[in-house]
Amino acid sequence: MAIYTVPENVAISDSGFLFLASTGESFTLNETGKEMFKMLQQNFNRDEILAKIQNDFDTEAITLDRDFEEFISQLKSYGLIKSV
Amino acid sequence: MNIAITGLNATDNPGPGVPLIRSLREFPGFEGKITGLIYDTLEPGIYMDDIADNCYLIPYPSAGHQVLAERILSIHEKNHIDFIIPTLDSELFGFIKIQDRLASAGITTFLPTQEQLNIRSKDNLFAFSVKHEIKVPKNILLTSAQDVYTIPSHMKYPLAIKGIFYDAYIVHNFEEAMAAFHKISSKWGFPIIAQECVKGDEYNVVALGDGLGGTVGAVAMRKLYITDKGKGWAGITIHDEPLIELAHKVIQKTKWRSGMELEFIKSADTGEYYLLEINPRFPAWTYLAPVAGQNLPWAMVQIAQGKKILPFTSYETGKIFVRCSWDLITDIKKFEQITVNGEIANGK
Repeated sequence: MAIYTVPENVAISDSGFLFLASTGESFTLNETGKEMFKMLQQNFNRDEILAKIQNDFDTEAITLDRDFEEFISQLKSYGLIKSV
Repeated sequence: MNIAITGLNATDNPGPGVPLIRSLREFPGFEGKITGLIYDTLEPGIYMDDIADNCYLIPYPSAGHQVLAERILSIHEKNHIDFIIPTLDSELFGFIKIQDRLASAGITTFLPTQEQLNIRSKDNLFAFSVKHEIKVPKNILLTSAQDVYTIPSHMKYPLAIKGIFYDAYIVHNFEEAMAAFHKISSKWGFPIIAQECVKGDEYNVVALGDGLGGTVGAVAMRKLYITDKGKGWAGITIHDEPLIELAHKVIQKTKWRSGMELEFIKSADTGEYYLLEINPRFPAWTYLAPVAGQNLPWAMVQIAQGKKILPFTSYETGKIFVRCSWDLITDIKKFEQITVNGEIANGK
């Protein structure tokens, strides 16, 4: 079950460029961030996202876990995701 | 239809005339003519291609509204004018005074009332906002140098010292406040306004009020680049429902009639919008509105002619304007024509 939602006023392009329509702010995501964000947008849960990223990017679980938490924290602080 | 528009100037604080003309000209099916009403022979809009079909010099507001009316009517005899859009704060009073005389000659306008102009003046806006529960930075009027000493009992430094019409300085202590007070009072007179500084990003809304309390359209923009004079040099359309609702509320409470610009700051601490200013005319970035889907200048012309317009309800976000500086090359013959004759036809 998804634990985060992406507000309707957030748009992401294929290149990983995020636009927040309520403030006009924009952000650039790297390849991993882009994949994570798209999965969040599609309502994947935390475990599903980590499993997919670990498989696709060949990362250590402990590093991935830490990076994911930091990424989520940043997205929340900018209003790009909300907790369900 | 011939529409006369002022504000073809484009210095570091550009006038709204050229963007208004672009908005009208680019409306699908627009077949009218545009007359530029200018104060100076070097206003860039005179020399730009596809902007004004012809231009006429008009007297500065300081010459008085009778002189203005006579000049406009003499232009009207040679070159029929159907509608006039004044675009500069300083000329609005004069155009309001002569609007009946223009109307009896067949020239339509769509102006705010004198009462509306008074509400939005910097010395009245605070009381208006408090009355209608619109957040506004704390504000006190300074009418003598003695009043500068009393500022700390009302608000903390840093704060803004503003002129009644133009000019504003951010000051950090008593000495800077006193220097700003003298600088502004010698140029713009009294009262001077001391305004609390709210930290945050600046957001502006261009809107059109129908004069009955209704909003015909409203487009919000966040400034992306601000010059040292505080002018937005780049901006992006955004949509935040509370901001648009605030714009509707201001228009409803003032029953605003005409184009306008609302300036807000979004508090970095609370996320609330504070109303900084109501500018009584379309802003210089107006062209962003039709590009985003709301051609407000065109809508104003339609309403002024008595046509029914359905209010705009949406627009595209993520549209960016980036203002540029471009050296336009022209010939001395054009400059001679406007200087000697006070008018110029652009050959269309």
